[in-house]
Amino acid sequence: MSFVSFENVSLAYAPGGANAIENVTLSIREGEFVAVVGPSGCGKSTLMKLVSGLKPPSEGYVFVDGREVGGPLKIIGMAFQAANLLPWRTTLDNVMLPLEIVEPFRSNLKKEKAKYTADAEALLAKVGLAGYGDKFPWELSGGMQQRASICRALIHQPRLLMLDEPFGALDAFTREELWCMLRDLWQQQPFTVVLVTHDLREAVFLADTVYVMSKRPGRILVRKEIDLPRPRPLDVTYTDAFAGYVHELREHIGRIRES
Amino acid sequence: MAVKLPPLIKVAPWALTIALFLFWEAVCTGLSIPDYLMPAPSAIWVAGVEYAGPIMMHATQTLFTTLAGFAIAVVVGMVLGLAVGASPLIYQACYPLLVGFNSIPKVAFVPVLVVWFGIGTVPAILTAFLISFFPVVVNVATGLATLEPELEDVLRSLGAKRWDIMTKVGLPRSLPYFFASLKVAITLAFVGSVISETVASNLGIGYLMMSASSSMNMPLVFAGLIVIGVMGVVMYELFAVLEKRLTGWAHRNPNAPG
Repeated sequence: MSFVSFENVSLAYAPGGANAIENVTLSIREGEFVAVVGPSGCGKSTLMKLVSGLKPPSEGYVFVDGREVGGPLKIIGMAFQAANLLPWRTTLDNVMLPLEIVEPFRSNLKKEKAKYTADAEALLAKVGLAGYGDKFPWELSGGMQQRASICRALIHQPRLLMLDEPFGALDAFTREELWCMLRDLWQQQPFTVVLVTHDLREAVFLADTVYVMSKRPGRILVRKEIDLPRPRPLDVTYTDAFAGYVHELREHIGRIRES
Repeated sequence: MAVKLPPLIKVAPWALTIALFLFWEAVCTGLSIPDYLMPAPSAIWVAGVEYAGPIMMHATQTLFTTLAGFAIAVVVGMVLGLAVGASPLIYQACYPLLVGFNSIPKVAFVPVLVVWFGIGTVPAILTAFLISFFPVVVNVATGLATLEPELEDVLRSLGAKRWDIMTKVGLPRSLPYFFASLKVAITLAFVGSVISETVASNLGIGYLMMSASSSMNMPLVFAGLIVIGVMGVVMYELFAVLEKRLTGWAHRNPNAPG
């Protein structure tokens, strides 16, 4: 039983205009970690808008949790390349923002304030931000802001986490640290992840399944299962098996770029 | 122990102001310019002391009309700015009208207001309002309209309503723009009320200067100008302090990491 499924989905932003994605069919298991890679402008972000219900498909059907998506779903957490934390809120208050919006947290917020605050602090501690809750976002480094942003995406315990190039703006060392952070979060308490990225090593290291998309209009060209044992230590990125996967994906991307 | 001098940057505005007045005094006495052309600061001071009572009375009136007009401008500007910033439809509909209206010199409005409301306080308040509400509208609308699309996506995917997005993000985000606009608006409001008093009133600093200049009492005219200037600076500073207090996060320390 698939958790997210696309059936022949196309989306044109302008009615009758060019398709951003075309004829996409895929299915994602509950708890699966999926990465989507492809050349820039291939409609990866469009995929996210479709899953989260921010855009309805022009053609085809999108199902999440057995139901057709007809509007914003509350079981989704999102994070983007820019951390987009609100500068007038402390880090803790930023993380707790979804609780002020999503039911049932919203109604219980007054009663359960202490518990929710403790939950948020525990989550911050898990990503290595213990004690930073009362700092303002602009007092944190880029990597720390991104950690907080991922906490914000997870605080309402979404069943589906959508990440749009979340580590794209970070330096290589910080990026690898955050890979491990995300890996650990996911390993401790599995949720379904869709990670959109340009980074093939990132995709192979983190994902169970990697989808390669074509140039605009975006189509799924390749579906590749990554059979590396879990939990994966960072050292796995130096193994031949890992390099093999990256090479294979790199070749697909190369072919797309040439075409 | 040596007395610690205040840092140069703190004393600079005072020093420059004092230097300017000293230079002015020196030029006037050095070239023996007559008072009825260009009064020296000392003559302005004498006039200011001599007419302290009337100046206070008229200054109070000007301050009152300015603040009243400014208050209306803040309320109207805020409401209009929220509407324009929140809805692309209202934005498109209002934009040409607003820009066109703002291009009209407000002094041209005073005769119309006089016909409607007679001379005196009401046209002064309304002119202050008309001239100062535009920056408030533009700034509040900008603050709302420049919301990051990703952030909006995050909130909308959680099921946030327009109202949630507005109150949780839009409003706090437009506050620094709003306070920045208040500083501009308050100085413009002084311009508006004084213009109106000059043209159509028998009260206020504008009227005082008008009547003083018609009797060639230039020191008093200049005393009026300086009083307006001082009131403008004081109000500007007041709103600058308020801005820092309430939206400190927008003026963060550039040396902080991040």
